[in-house]
Amino acid sequence: MNLTLKIWRQSGPNDKGRMETYQVSDISPDMSFLEMIDVLNDQLVREGKDPVAFDHDCREGICGMCSMYINGEAHGPGRGVTTCQLHMRSFKDGETIYIEPWRAAAFPVIKDLVTDRSAFDRIIQAGGYVSVNTSGNTQDANALPIPKENADKAFDAATCIGCGACVATCKNSSAMLFTSAKVSQLALLPQGEAERERRVLRMVNQMDLEGFGNCTNTGACEVECPKGISLENIARMNREFLKASISSES
Amino acid sequence: MSRSAILKSSLVKKYWMALTGLFLCLFLVGHLVGNLQLFIPGMEGQLQFNEYAKFMTSNPAVKILSYVTYFSILFHAFDGIKLTFENRKARPVKYAYNKPGENSGWASRNMALLGTVLLAFIATHMTNFWAKMHFTEMPMQTVDAEGAMLMEPLKDLHTVVMAFFNPSVNNMALVAMLFYVISMIAIAFHLWHGFQSAWQTLGVNHKKYTPLIKLIGKGFSVLVPLLFAVIPIYLYITQA
Ligand code: SF4
Ligand code: FES
Repeated sequence: MNLTLKIWRQSGPNDKGRMETYQVSDISPDMSFLEMIDVLNDQLVREGKDPVAFDHDCREGICGMCSMYINGEAHGPGRGVTTCQLHMRSFKDGETIYIEPWRAAAFPVIKDLVTDRSAFDRIIQAGGYVSVNTSGNTQDANALPIPKENADKAFDAATCIGCGACVATCKNSSAMLFTSAKVSQLALLPQGEAERERRVLRMVNQMDLEGFGNCTNTGACEVECPKGISLENIARMNREFLKASISSES
Repeated sequence: MSRSAILKSSLVKKYWMALTGLFLCLFLVGHLVGNLQLFIPGMEGQLQFNEYAKFMTSNPAVKILSYVTYFSILFHAFDGIKLTFENRKARPVKYAYNKPGENSGWASRNMALLGTVLLAFIATHMTNFWAKMHFTEMPMQTVDAEGAMLMEPLKDLHTVVMAFFNPSVNNMALVAMLFYVISMIAIAFHLWHGFQSAWQTLGVNHKKYTPLIKLIGKGFSVLVPLLFAVIPIYLYITQA
């Protein structure tokens, strides 16, 4: 395959940045999208140019690093896939492909396609944890009976890989899907009970502080999320927050 | 977390959007019931409509409801504008190439635009009818359908409305009718997304109830604006 690539290039956080055009040829349709970028970078290095910086780690759809906005969609066309799991057979020979970084005030660009997503880490730090005894007498997880449906829903929420596609795709750059998945995975389980109220109040507060926008229920996040995280989680977080803010005494 | 932080929360702003929005849905139903009386022909219709208008402007319980309605409209608009500006700020650099249609509906992405059309409509609509009824000299209805004198003459809103959409009396009647219909289309799209969205915001997302809410929302967003829009079209055509 021969392709024209229009890629966002930005040398650093303070550079204004611009789209630049590149040509790649002899791309195999079986390559992953990241491998295609590897080919381009190899070419750029040979030409003595600066390769395109992009995030990646596992290359098997579980780490959530490979953030790219491809042809107007987070992680490109196709559902339930990250960029590393997207294959070049999803594109046509001769096609022009636009590649941009996640766009959100809360995810500033570090270089080219690499953004700083530590805002997500701070949301987790604000309350996305449970207190457990780690002094050697840790309880068996199965000691607590949990209804199967709750266990399933908690597991589904926990499959969120923190990739940020939900923020990138949301017209408001809202982090509701991510935050609600992280609230839900614990709110559904007895282990999460102790910090239940504090958790949702603090995580939502941190989410607002980071400068993410307000959710308007367009549902775009759910469609683009590589893990199929459901909008049900957002409704659950809305409920949790409402309950907690009414009953909280502080 | 402090109380003030809770009040400033994005979620609290959204709860208010949802609550005021749902209340305004109820208001629409009430308003529509009143408007449909314009279909009653002759003096009888005139009397009934004017009596209804009097009831709506003087009954104390209705008064309280109307203040809640004014508050809801203003709050819904200001809160919506505030949220929209915050959301713009959350994405300072736009995508060079974006395909939002791949993952979301048009109405859901254009609530602010639709809301602006509606705000303009409400402003003109209230100047044309509400302000006249409340603050200016009105024509009066003095006799009933049988020609008997009324004990108390009624403000004749019926005649004002008829004349407003009558091309031989008002040379702007066509524009007024078209603007009304366009605004009802805007409200239909606004409700198409807004109705079910409000429930999601309030945390109602349930296997059993959500499909029902979505169905009711769609029915409501088509039926209510349609019935509203039919009235000025009918008045325009029958009086042309
Ligand atoms: S909710 Fe989905 S899109 Fe958002 S961070 Fe988690 S996995 Fe990525
Ligand atoms: S590189 Fe890990 S999910 Fe794509």
